[in-house]
Amino acid sequence: MLFDKFQDMADFQAELAQRQVTPFGAVTEKILSATEGIVEGRQVILAGTNNYLGLSYDPRCIKAAQDAAQQWGTGTTGSRLANGSFAEHQALESEIAAFYGLDHAIVFSTGYAATMGMCATLAGPGDVILMDADSHASIYSGVKQSGAEIIRFKHSNPEDLAKRMRRLGDRAGQALIIAEGIYSMLGDVAPLQEIAAIKREYGGYLLLDEAHSMGALGDTGRGAAQAAGVEADVDFTVGTFSKSLGSIGGFCVSRHAELEAIRFCISAYIFTASSSPSIIASTREALRIIGQEPERRTRLWDNANRLYQGLKSLGLAVGPTASPVVAVEMVDRSQTIDCWKALLEAGVYVNLVIPPASPSTNFLLRNSVSAAHSSEQIDTIIAAYAGLRDTGLLPVSQDS
Amino acid sequence: MTDYQEYLDFLCSALESQNKKNIPLNENTALVADIGLSSLEVMEYIEKIEDHFDISIPLNILPDVNTIGELAHKVKELNL
Repeated sequence: MLFDKFQDMADFQAELAQRQVTPFGAVTEKILSATEGIVEGRQVILAGTNNYLGLSYDPRCIKAAQDAAQQWGTGTTGSRLANGSFAEHQALESEIAAFYGLDHAIVFSTGYAATMGMCATLAGPGDVILMDADSHASIYSGVKQSGAEIIRFKHSNPEDLAKRMRRLGDRAGQALIIAEGIYSMLGDVAPLQEIAAIKREYGGYLLLDEAHSMGALGDTGRGAAQAAGVEADVDFTVGTFSKSLGSIGGFCVSRHAELEAIRFCISAYIFTASSSPSIIASTREALRIIGQEPERRTRLWDNANRLYQGLKSLGLAVGPTASPVVAVEMVDRSQTIDCWKALLEAGVYVNLVIPPASPSTNFLLRNSVSAAHSSEQIDTIIAAYAGLRDTGLLPVSQDS
Repeated sequence: MTDYQEYLDFLCSALESQNKKNIPLNENTALVADIGLSSLEVMEYIEKIEDHFDISIPLNILPDVNTIGELAHKVKELNL
């Protein structure tokens, strides 16, 4: 039957409904600030929004969006190739290219479209892609569409990448390597110096997804490649406007002039409506702000370190290093769901992540930190976890 | 040149540690339907084969592989 394959998901949804838990698609009824809202009837601290620099509720971004809606209307009603290229879109492309110190940029309607579109288009039949095993779904979706030969390398494992490049022989020089800056589920940073060195040794091209690292890493917020000092080795940088920039949309920047031709070959760019002018305007304002207010990045990392150390000191199974994404790994699904519900009842909204969205068979309580969180809010989040631990709901790590 | 039977023998032996049901392993044994490998376990198994033969097995071929025998044929082709 056509619907048989959905039965497991239907059963899981029924289980959640029976337990009166809504981790997927919990409704935010009101936003009170960048870090607080009313979710499922409760006032909560938002600790699962990827709003890293706290710009989603910045009055300057809101004003820019209001002015653009007044001037340009609510939508473009067409794709970039038809009637949907407004001066705002072109201005943002120039500004995001300038932000990266590069000449070429494409703005997409979502981050997913940017990453999926570039991965689907850059390599094709006869080409080979080497992708990190823990890549985001948008990367998997894109490479699957590409028609290229797809080879995975072990997550953030330069030795495994090098081994696979060696096995390619002469083909390595044309291979497309795909990695991410900060990995979205556990918050770990890719070993980009080592990956760049392998690319220099064997050749090939490097596409880097900075969705979770743009704004968070690097001296001027360009991301993990800037922080690692390897920007010159990156051929294509993709990213999103929906995290550090607080709006929605995506981009690709490159030093390769061919990006201008590639633009007209990307289905995810051609066959979808362009972003609303208000979204583009708030994104432009947010980009200007992160260039002028580096202290936001400092606050983000202060908060990230505070949360990471706090959860680690509770004995919880967090990752190896502090990051704007702090995930608590758990083994038991039912227990993780109970914890998610208890955190919400304690006034803390986090993300519940289940396989295959998590990179292993484990379940995650995924927290994302914002520069806009106060120290008191971070402490409240830690206290909520402490409450779960003390009641025995949340197991401590065996390593602790 | 390694023949098909040698590939098959290695692929069966490499599966022993993941054969929790202790079912007989032969070319007709299905990796998921019979042995019950999860997607993660399939990838661990693939890595074992890759390292043994010093090859990379593209993800593209996996949708066409159900049994150990089908995988042995694919590995043989890749290692030619």
